[in-house]
Amino acid sequence: MSAATTAPRPPASGSAIATAERPPLKVPIALSTLSLIALVFFGLLGPGQTAEMRISDPGDAWMLPDLLIPGQAGGIVLGVLLLAMAAYSVYLWTRGERSPKWLPIVFTAVFVFALLVWIVAGARQPSISLAGLIAGSVTLAVPLVFGSLSGVLCERVGVINIAIEGQLLGGAFTAALVATITGSPYIGLLAAAGAGALVSMVLAVFSIKYLVNQIIVGVVLNVLVSGLTGFLFGTLMVPNKAQFNTPGRLDILPIPLLADIPIIGPILFRQSIAGYLMYIAVAVVWFALFKTRWGLRVRAVGEHPQAADTLGVNVNATRFWNVTLGGAIAGIGGAIFTLVTIDSFTKEISGGRGFIALAALIFGRWNPIGAFLASLLFGFAYNLQSILGIIGTPVPSQFMAMLPYLVTIFAVAGVVGRSRPPAASGIPYVKG
Amino acid sequence: MATEDGKIPDSSAPEGTAPGDSVPGATVPAKAAPAESPQDVQAADVALDTAGGLHEPSLVPVSSQSGDVGHKQGNVLQQIMMGSGFVSILAVVVALVLGGLLIASTDSDVARTAGYFFGRPSDFLGALWSAMTSSYVALFQGAVFNPRQGFLPLLETMTVATPLICAALGVALAFRAGLFNIGAQGQVIISATAAAYAGFAWHLPSVVHLIVVIVMGIVGGAIWGAIAGVLKARTGAHEVIVTIMLNYIALFFLDFLLNTPAFRRPGENTPISPRIDESAAYPPLIPGSRLHFGFIVVVLLTIAVWWLLNRSTIGFEFRAVGANPAAARTAGVKVPLAMILAMAFAGALAGFGGVAQVAGTEKVLTGGIAAQIGFDSITVALLGRSTPWGTFFAGLLFGAFRAGAVQMQIQTGTPIDIVLVVQSLIVLFIAAPPLIRSIFGLNPGRKKNKPARPARRSAVATATGGAK
Repeated sequence: MSAATTAPRPPASGSAIATAERPPLKVPIALSTLSLIALVFFGLLGPGQTAEMRISDPGDAWMLPDLLIPGQAGGIVLGVLLLAMAAYSVYLWTRGERSPKWLPIVFTAVFVFALLVWIVAGARQPSISLAGLIAGSVTLAVPLVFGSLSGVLCERVGVINIAIEGQLLGGAFTAALVATITGSPYIGLLAAAGAGALVSMVLAVFSIKYLVNQIIVGVVLNVLVSGLTGFLFGTLMVPNKAQFNTPGRLDILPIPLLADIPIIGPILFRQSIAGYLMYIAVAVVWFALFKTRWGLRVRAVGEHPQAADTLGVNVNATRFWNVTLGGAIAGIGGAIFTLVTIDSFTKEISGGRGFIALAALIFGRWNPIGAFLASLLFGFAYNLQSILGIIGTPVPSQFMAMLPYLVTIFAVAGVVGRSRPPAASGIPYVKG
Repeated sequence: MATEDGKIPDSSAPEGTAPGDSVPGATVPAKAAPAESPQDVQAADVALDTAGGLHEPSLVPVSSQSGDVGHKQGNVLQQIMMGSGFVSILAVVVALVLGGLLIASTDSDVARTAGYFFGRPSDFLGALWSAMTSSYVALFQGAVFNPRQGFLPLLETMTVATPLICAALGVALAFRAGLFNIGAQGQVIISATAAAYAGFAWHLPSVVHLIVVIVMGIVGGAIWGAIAGVLKARTGAHEVIVTIMLNYIALFFLDFLLNTPAFRRPGENTPISPRIDESAAYPPLIPGSRLHFGFIVVVLLTIAVWWLLNRSTIGFEFRAVGANPAAARTAGVKVPLAMILAMAFAGALAGFGGVAQVAGTEKVLTGGIAAQIGFDSITVALLGRSTPWGTFFAGLLFGAFRAGAVQMQIQTGTPIDIVLVVQSLIVLFIAAPPLIRSIFGLNPGRKKNKPARPARRSAVATATGGAK
């Protein structure tokens, strides 16, 4: 993956050579700090109770025993494990090598698990359903994934998409409206894609044809969509709920046998069509961006439009259609709110999720798979926040809710690895 | 750098006598001059704004920042028609009409009469007109004047506009320094929190208390703004992303604080703080209305920001950094420091908005203390074209929308959200003057300049001094 992403980009591969002599210390330092925090707070000062994590639900085909982890001992073991990974990273640094890409990802996963053990073992009622927690996280992450994919497609082509929130909201509203009128959630899903694309087209026209600052257009579009949907909700949907706002839900289509596997079964194989679409979309966008001729052109337009133009790529047309496609994908993500999560539209139903998608896109370093993983992490934080309130932990749920935003600030500030946007992102292209 | 006349030297803009600019005098009739089509003007402006496509376009178009940017615009009438003020008014009118059509499209009378439109079109047009106007009449009555209350609604408009203008001045100031401050919402929240705490937890003598509250609010907002400035200056983190994230962090932080014993009103189950002391509140200006001393503060602030931007060294540096950071650096401006200061000033101005909410309008701290002020302030600053007085009047206009919308919803049942639609349409149209001009057919010379491509290229070349 890394070779594929960096090879076609001369500036990136150049910097890779330059940094090979002097790899940055940021990753080893960050990992060491975090692992020490984990060891001290989660381990040595850890709670005395035993955390109980239920893996199987009573109705499952295969029953697995519950996971019982003593708070303090578990914290120490996980802390030592984290410390070992940090030490490996430092060792690689002393030999002048970069840490492999999987290391921060595995480290994050183990750290999150240690955090989870610490929280659960310190709660009033130290027992949660791990399967439910993970499945819920994925459910919450689905709109984020679609939203951040939209951001990837737009920013890779050089258009900053602040309007993800508006695209999600527009998709959610249209899905509810059209699904109710036609009586078919599937048509609603299609219409949501159309609505998202429409919002995107406005963004594209204003930023490409009228050369308006893309951030301004994005911010204003969010307000516009929020106002439009709020207005139509108040005038159409509230007085005539049965006529305009009872879309029904997308059917859950379980895949036989596979859906019964514990933990991963419900996540991967017991989804609505939109859930399966998400996995397909991530794979397709990644493949198309990094393995096809089209993707090479798209990335060229986002990194160096003059060069792309010289080679005969129509910069502004590429931008227009990519932004439109991104909007359609975000629109599908918006439909999740009204066709999967709950079965009606309410005002501001997207609730700032578009901005978390933006954060996921940056944390995932403008890469579809990175954005997918970051969305999962943020979905997990979202879900944990609501569960924290139920089991009664000492950590205020508001801090859990802040986590995605804090992590993003650290990411853009380059504390944990530098996030670098495509070079031409935000700059309109004027030929000549 | 020609600094003595207080102008920002636009990177390489000739002062109107560039080679290729065939018209030395401005009074030559438009026919004789090869009139620049709007596309040319726009292309030239963009080339200036982006330094020929090297960096992001400036948030405040170069053309509105200072002096001549190297292109001529026809005769006087044309200048008025193409001028930004006129386009702003047209944008407001078009947005209001579109909003009215939206209201009418969901009106039951309009739908009914549309059914027999070809039978009696007058019914339909009458229903359309009454649907479009009744909401706006109610809006006007709730925002400016009605026979029952006289001009009392206008005072309410001014009250609503007070924090809005403060925050928008902050956004505008940051714009001028080339920084997109989306974080006014978070800055208002943090400053309101700090100000409210000083207001209800500390008990001080009358005037001193208010001053302490104001200082706490300003410091809170300035710190929250400066975080984004420091991160931008030190690490290059994009201020848009950082300020968006800081908004949410501030929101959750306030939510957390309101659930702690230090902030929660004793014996109350909902997250609401105690009332601030009388000594901590702005004195009311006119009895019988909510208008408070904060409005006077806003007028003073507007003057102060005008002075800062146009007459002070630091304001000049802000504008220089906003127009062209590289040139500013070459000229000896400490760009990182200017960025941090601009964001801190912006936060401090938003802080006045938070203080106005706590010490003026609401007098208590709740989770919704900042309402939509921070988000509205962005559109206000854009409508005001980032000038202090433009922002002031744009703030009054949007304050009127906000105040009147409540009355409108009560009287006609039109949801308040229509205000958001109109606001955002206004800003969209203002951001794209060619669009609004083409709606009104105000694009002179479009037909004459059929071969637009070569003309555009020469315009860009002119504007960049021939450097491609």
